[in-house]
Amino acid sequence: MTGAIYISPDGTTAIYLLSAVCFVLALKALSSPKNARYGNLVGVAGMVVAVAVSFLVQDPGHDWIIGAGMGLGAIVAVPTARLVPMTGMPQLVAIFNGVGGGAAAVISLTEYLHDLPTGVPAQKGVEVLFALAVGCISFSGSAFAFAKLQEIMTGRPVMYPGQQVVNGILGVAVVTLGVIIVVTPHLGPILALALVALALGVGVVLPVGGADTPVLISLLNSCTGLAVAADGFVLDNMILVVAGTLVGASGALLTKLMSDAMGRSLPNIILGGFGGAPAAGAEVGPAEGRTVRSGDATDIGTLLAYSRKVLIVPGYGLAVAQAQHVAVELARVLEGRGVEVAYAIHPVAGRMPGHMNVLLAEADAPYEDLKEMEQANDEFPSTDVALVVGANDVVNPAARDNPGSPIYGMPILNVDEASNVVFLKRSLRPGFSGVDNALLYDPKTILLFGDAKESLTKLVAAVKAA
Amino acid sequence: MILDAIDLVVVFALAVFLGFEVISKVPSILHTPLMSGSNAIHGIILVGAMVIASEAQGALQMSLGFVAVFLATLNIVGGVVVTDRMLDMFKGRQPAGRRKDGKDGPTTSAAQGQSEPGP
Repeated sequence: MTGAIYISPDGTTAIYLLSAVCFVLALKALSSPKNARYGNLVGVAGMVVAVAVSFLVQDPGHDWIIGAGMGLGAIVAVPTARLVPMTGMPQLVAIFNGVGGGAAAVISLTEYLHDLPTGVPAQKGVEVLFALAVGCISFSGSAFAFAKLQEIMTGRPVMYPGQQVVNGILGVAVVTLGVIIVVTPHLGPILALALVALALGVGVVLPVGGADTPVLISLLNSCTGLAVAADGFVLDNMILVVAGTLVGASGALLTKLMSDAMGRSLPNIILGGFGGAPAAGAEVGPAEGRTVRSGDATDIGTLLAYSRKVLIVPGYGLAVAQAQHVAVELARVLEGRGVEVAYAIHPVAGRMPGHMNVLLAEADAPYEDLKEMEQANDEFPSTDVALVVGANDVVNPAARDNPGSPIYGMPILNVDEASNVVFLKRSLRPGFSGVDNALLYDPKTILLFGDAKESLTKLVAAVKAA
Repeated sequence: MILDAIDLVVVFALAVFLGFEVISKVPSILHTPLMSGSNAIHGIILVGAMVIASEAQGALQMSLGFVAVFLATLNIVGGVVVTDRMLDMFKGRQPAGRRKDGKDGPTTSAAQGQSEPGP
């Protein structure tokens, strides 16, 4: 290769090593709350180094293509990533992961086209096909995960009879086409393989729904990492192998950690059906002769104002209503009256793990007041009021008590152990999982219907007046 | 490149262990930022996209090269910006009062020290 400047292949590899070290340090830093911000910066540094050296050593003839592609990419990506509200973050991760998978697929396909006239050796063929298949699965899977989270299509699991058989057939078809292509390199079968892999990606994502979707995105993230690593083998490029493998391996572990945090096994998630198929005892209609107690803001405000200890339990409803600032204001007003206030954070409240921490931190809630699940569960028995703001599944006692419930086994916040439970909810509709919550009908529960932000604003006024 | 396939296999195998090891102690609140951060890192596929774009022969390969560079840039830039926005929410939290992963006991005093008097 004759680049803009000459860097020997050894030199290039040495610089790639520097960049690889940056990626390892970035992942390490991103796993600790104290250094997470440095992690992202170190990752960027590694990226800049690797991209710059690659740009300098390559044939500059087509630099205009690269410049145009990068320019357009940046113009599209920056505003999208900046302007989408925090509630849309899981979707954004999904879509930016999907395009990475798409790029990996396009690269392997193009390299195949490039080599086809001179013949493609079997080993390279296998590498190309792996990158193409996994990249396509990641692309279409992420696109559908995006559509689910963005509510372009239903967020619930989509199931049909024989679904696993169909997915199995698609999987076998990918492998079979792969073997055919390696034996007799042709363009037709490779395009067919890409299409089947795209269909398989959709097939894998359809039955996964509800709160499982972020775990699925993590799995697809890991897949994209592997596709990138495979492209590294295709192009004999060390940095792609290192970075892709790091993401593939850490992504796989992270996927497991995320599903563990929800008390769900990974096969369980992939096979899907969460909250879709009515499991035994799950389909108790909300209006089955049970009554709920709904209160008005003045009553609840008074209850809060004369409590000793209040735990605020935020959920997705708080995120949707962008109510985090009002929630923190309510906490301050209560604290001003001598009430002890803290926030009980379920690790998967909202639609991504850590969602609530992010929102409350944005609203300047003191870090010390954010109680993790175990800590909060120690405190509920001595809590006067558990104020549940737009959360449902993560406080549903069925996860603890009802083995027939689809969410059985998920660790929950034991709000039912508090003396009083106040739910701020838009309606009696069940949560993201589609599972009804018996706690809503408990005599010690009071409901305040309405948008979380409006309800909290009313409560702030009521507490001030009390 | 001067690497043989076997060198890459060695690199691959070591990177698998490193990938597992390096994030094994992540607390749950950082699951999503970590996912987003590693999402940005696989945007390094841009390097591969640049290689195929620079070697492209004919309009088809050049178009595919352009598409690959475009998609990979979306991955990098989008991934980094989203991660940055997520992590932005963690910054500037009273560094003095921060304890290990919030694993402190009841923090009544800290909570009240932080609160503003009600109007």
